[in-house]
Amino acid sequence: MERFLQVVVDGIADGSVYAALALALVLIFRSTGVVNFAQGEMAMFATFVAWALADSGVPLVLALLGALAFAFAAGMLVERVLIRPVEGGNPLNLVIVTLGLFIVVNAAAGWIWGFTLKDFPQIFPGGVAEVGGVSLSVESLGIIGVLLAVVLVLWALFTHTGIGLAMRAAAQSPASARLVGVPVGRMLMLGWGLAALLGALAGVLVAPRLFLDTNLMAGVLVYSFAGAALGGFDSPLGAVIGSWIIGITEGLAGTYVDAIGSDLKVLVPLTIIVGVLLLRPSGLFGSPEVTRA
Amino acid sequence: MSLVTVVAGSRAHRALRWGTIAAGTAVALAVPFNSSPSLNGDLTLVLCYAVAAAGLGMLVGYAGQVSLGHGAFFAVGAYTAAALLAKTDLHWLLALPAAAAVTFALGLAFGIPALRLRGIYLALVTLALAVAAGPVLKRAEPVTGGVSGLSVPQPPVPGWLAVDADQWLYLLSLAVTGVMLLIAVNLTRGSLGRSLLAIRDGERAARTAGIDVARVKTLLFATAGAYAGVGGALFAFALGFVAPESFTLLLSFTLLSAVVVGGLGTVAGAVLGALFVVFVPQYAGEVDQALTGIIYGGALIAVVYLLPGGAAGLLRRLRRRLIDVVEPTPQRGDNDAVPTSDTAPVGGQPAAGGVRP
Repeated sequence: MERFLQVVVDGIADGSVYAALALALVLIFRSTGVVNFAQGEMAMFATFVAWALADSGVPLVLALLGALAFAFAAGMLVERVLIRPVEGGNPLNLVIVTLGLFIVVNAAAGWIWGFTLKDFPQIFPGGVAEVGGVSLSVESLGIIGVLLAVVLVLWALFTHTGIGLAMRAAAQSPASARLVGVPVGRMLMLGWGLAALLGALAGVLVAPRLFLDTNLMAGVLVYSFAGAALGGFDSPLGAVIGSWIIGITEGLAGTYVDAIGSDLKVLVPLTIIVGVLLLRPSGLFGSPEVTRA
Repeated sequence: MSLVTVVAGSRAHRALRWGTIAAGTAVALAVPFNSSPSLNGDLTLVLCYAVAAAGLGMLVGYAGQVSLGHGAFFAVGAYTAAALLAKTDLHWLLALPAAAAVTFALGLAFGIPALRLRGIYLALVTLALAVAAGPVLKRAEPVTGGVSGLSVPQPPVPGWLAVDADQWLYLLSLAVTGVMLLIAVNLTRGSLGRSLLAIRDGERAARTAGIDVARVKTLLFATAGAYAGVGGALFAFALGFVAPESFTLLLSFTLLSAVVVGGLGTVAGAVLGALFVVFVPQYAGEVDQALTGIIYGGALIAVVYLLPGGAAGLLRRLRRRLIDVVEPTPQRGDNDAVPTSDTAPVGGQPAAGGVRP
């Protein structure tokens, strides 16, 4: 039983990492109607920035903050420079641009930092904490705590501040928002910056659990997609809960199903995406406006 | 202003078209006898990728759907052919339809759930498929040889043909590629192609006209999968060896780059794109391992902004500078269906509802 609880908590921690990236995907999908395939790679690049800062002697906390700030600025820049000119046109163009960005960012990180595995410094203290008689990894609890804090901040931002209201307006109805004086373009930029920041958070949270290299986020991206699809692509709450379900399922399947083990865990998101599409295309919490083709 | 103007369907136009095709075929046939074995090997790879890109190009160009997992189909085709040749006595020629059939079925299996819905779901499913392909190939060791891969007995040079092995593999791939490209052209001109064009121009209108949009898209996706499968089988023939590290996510992106850079949904685009993805890494790799990715990705973005239609579109525009093809102007007595009475307006324009020849 203790083992089971440990697997579940570690699964929720993994799921929280996926959730941070899934929230980024959902944020952009809601405002731009596009899935940013480069989200994971942008996060990977920001994680490298954090690593490089820490490696050059900057205290870890400052390095992490620096990487998040970098991601925020880079996300806004990407929206303004690359996405804005093709926004509202053929959606295929947007998909191709984000894929191009995926490949470029991945290669650029390899160019700058090489293709060898890097050791990312631990953010949380190692070891275990006793919770109700069960020893749970401090790192897992820390990651879950960070994600819950992020969800709280996002909720407060979008429901209790003027700028959050303006961002929601710009996402929901750009034309009307513009008429009442909301600077829609600036709000979209802000949304992309915020999404990139969330992605970077996922990157620095997952990097200490794995080794840092240019392939850090490709796998995570697939899990986050599965989480977002399961939760419903336009629901932030759904993205979090869906990602948690993915993380728990992945952990349990990898631990208790011998045929899956650690290498075939990647079949879990594939199966869940296909299952969701077959059974409930709008996801658990999404609005069912997804229509049949 | 163009140098020459020809009328579509006229004798000159047909002569130009067939002349171009004949010249292209002649060059393609002559190349292996005037180059090095290693260049022949590269050109054989170009043909493998061109087949896969032709299928993917139809999917992206006509259905507007992106497959990020075409590398997985390429891998399944390669492994189907490799396993059949390595473990059975099947003739190599039969490995090609086998690879096509397996990948077609795989395309149906994933296309049916993903293409019922509009939007980016196919991209999601295929991305997951591309990521899952490597681990699955490594695990399925009894069939795939696991991490160490499979050696493939390459198609032997037939006794009646006095060519070297590299030339034979090239010519064999050229023949298969030619057939596959011909099928692609016919598919896009046939009833499937007309349905696809109708869907591309207006999905709702197409549905009103009785076209089952989801079914057509799924069939197209499965066909694109089969093209990747045949390309993969040729790839297995060409290399004589398959291993999981040949079929990473990068391969899927490579195929997509080929399609977009070459030009969506055209035969010339598939070949040009395949040339691009085979030869760019060779030169870029000498500078830096990462340069290839920067060029692929940069080219994808640049094509969207600067070169809609890709390289094939650019060629078409250049050709138009030289040779302009105009629609024929119908003339009096040209067509028996149009009464050549005084009702035909002056100037040779057909009367309202008149049949254009």
